[in-house]
Amino acid sequence: MKTEYKIISDIIDKSSRVLDVGCDDGALMEYLKQNKGVDIRGIEISKEKVQTCISKGLTVLEGNAELDLKQFPNKSFDYVVLGQTLQAFVNPEIVIKELLRVGKKAIVTIPNFGHWKVRLNLLIKGTMPVTKTLPNEWYNTPNIHMCTIKDFFKFSETINFKIFKSLALINNNVSNINSSNLFTKNLFSELGIFLIEKSDEN
Amino acid sequence: MDNLNNIKTILIEKPLKLDCGKTINNFPLAYETYGTLNEKKDNAILVCHALTGDQFVTGINPVTKKDGWWSYAVGPNKSIDTNKYFVICANVIGGCMGSFGPSHINPETQKIYGTDFPIITINDIVNAQVNLLDYFGIKKLFSVVGGSMGGMQVLQFVSNFPEKAKTAVPIACTSSHSAQNIAFNELGRQAITADHNWSDGKYSSNKTVPEKGLAVARMAAHITYLSKKGLQEKFGRKLQERDALKFGFDADFQIESYLRYQGSVFVDRFDANSYLYITRAMDYFDLVKQFDGNLSDAFKNSKVKFFVISFTSDWLYPTQENKDIVIALNAIGADVGFVEIDTDKGHDSFLLNVPNFLKTLKNFLDKSYIE
Repeated sequence: MKTEYKIISDIIDKSSRVLDVGCDDGALMEYLKQNKGVDIRGIEISKEKVQTCISKGLTVLEGNAELDLKQFPNKSFDYVVLGQTLQAFVNPEIVIKELLRVGKKAIVTIPNFGHWKVRLNLLIKGTMPVTKTLPNEWYNTPNIHMCTIKDFFKFSETINFKIFKSLALINNNVSNINSSNLFTKNLFSELGIFLIEKSDEN
Repeated sequence: MDNLNNIKTILIEKPLKLDCGKTINNFPLAYETYGTLNEKKDNAILVCHALTGDQFVTGINPVTKKDGWWSYAVGPNKSIDTNKYFVICANVIGGCMGSFGPSHINPETQKIYGTDFPIITINDIVNAQVNLLDYFGIKKLFSVVGGSMGGMQVLQFVSNFPEKAKTAVPIACTSSHSAQNIAFNELGRQAITADHNWSDGKYSSNKTVPEKGLAVARMAAHITYLSKKGLQEKFGRKLQERDALKFGFDADFQIESYLRYQGSVFVDRFDANSYLYITRAMDYFDLVKQFDGNLSDAFKNSKVKFFVISFTSDWLYPTQENKDIVIALNAIGADVGFVEIDTDKGHDSFLLNVPNFLKTLKNFLDKSYIE
């Protein structure tokens, strides 16, 4: 997923303060450290992965984003990154609100459940889709709140946050998503990448 | 105790004002070092020992002839690699391995201080230790590391001297001793003072020491260092060198025999009055209160890189209390990492062969050193 890292890296300003929520083995953190010289922290729920991050010299907290983001003061990071984990939370709404509180901006990437293969899988086979980006079966998937790119746009209106940038990843190619191409992007993108910010009103 | 001539000490001439209001000066601080201080003097790690530890961190303790208390973690190529780092450890003041403590002779009475020794705190302990940095000409430690009461010293050290450490690793500790912690310590102190031989702390003069009381204190404390699961797995209801219950109060069970043994070996190496003084220092430790209820203020503007470690089965200083330190540090944007190590070895995990812990500690230190 190097392309995803590059897209995220391109969005982030040099030397900014970044929090990677669900930082996994720290690969993105390392990438951003090297390419953008950021001051970066990670939060990760898996003990093994936290230990992997420590072995890479990364500053990581073992913790659960749904419970542990509250310890960070408002706007304590320039960017908070949430890479392909929104769908795994019990309460994505609370997580998004916390990201937008803790970070001046947030970068959220989602595996797109609106992709045509996913749709076709369910339509033809009549079973829950298993694809390259979504490799688990329904009974063992950590992804309990799958959504599509279109859903994410609707989500931004419902819980009221601004989407500054929305990018589609199709076969390692990046393109912009806008209201006129949303239908096709939602059908062909494997991944949606969004730069978001709290709306002024809330 | 014999072999005290193997102990290195510095004499601290400078007056040290203690939290209790008294001032001490010209007092000895015993220490030991491992590894070599490099030319830049930037490879020093101050290791802080726990309640019953001492300055003999690793190798054979020249006084007790047993392995140093942190032999698993400290030594060549180990977590705290003495091929790389210069390790310093001081016996805490109030202790009984050469540093100024209640077993020293009071020049005014020519008798041991006993309970005339001033009450000391973690803050006093740390303020005495910092003299070792001046002695070795170290401006900034690479790290200050410690578990349990050692972790409390780590927190106090970086709070008192934020410029004197690059990294800090408080392990299995707390920023404020809990009611339960105080309760267990009080149980130990009561066991000692209830022993007839304690004689108001003047036992050394009549050559009898409160062995029974100190052993009971150690036995009670030892239980708090282990987890229920660990105890059950190691001992269960296994009988001690017998096939059936003896219907008496002998040590029928292995766990009884084990605890009695732990108690009996402890009295050979530890001074009962020191036990009173050091547990008191732990009970008085409340870094939160020192900063008017805001722990974050203890680390304000700190550039120190922190790494907090806790253990799943530690119920004496549970993960949440360690996490409170992390939360306070995050509240001020400090550089802090945190990991909870999965183990059933209880609070004692930091002293034992727990590979994930040892590996993680090594990784943190070695990676931070090259940065």
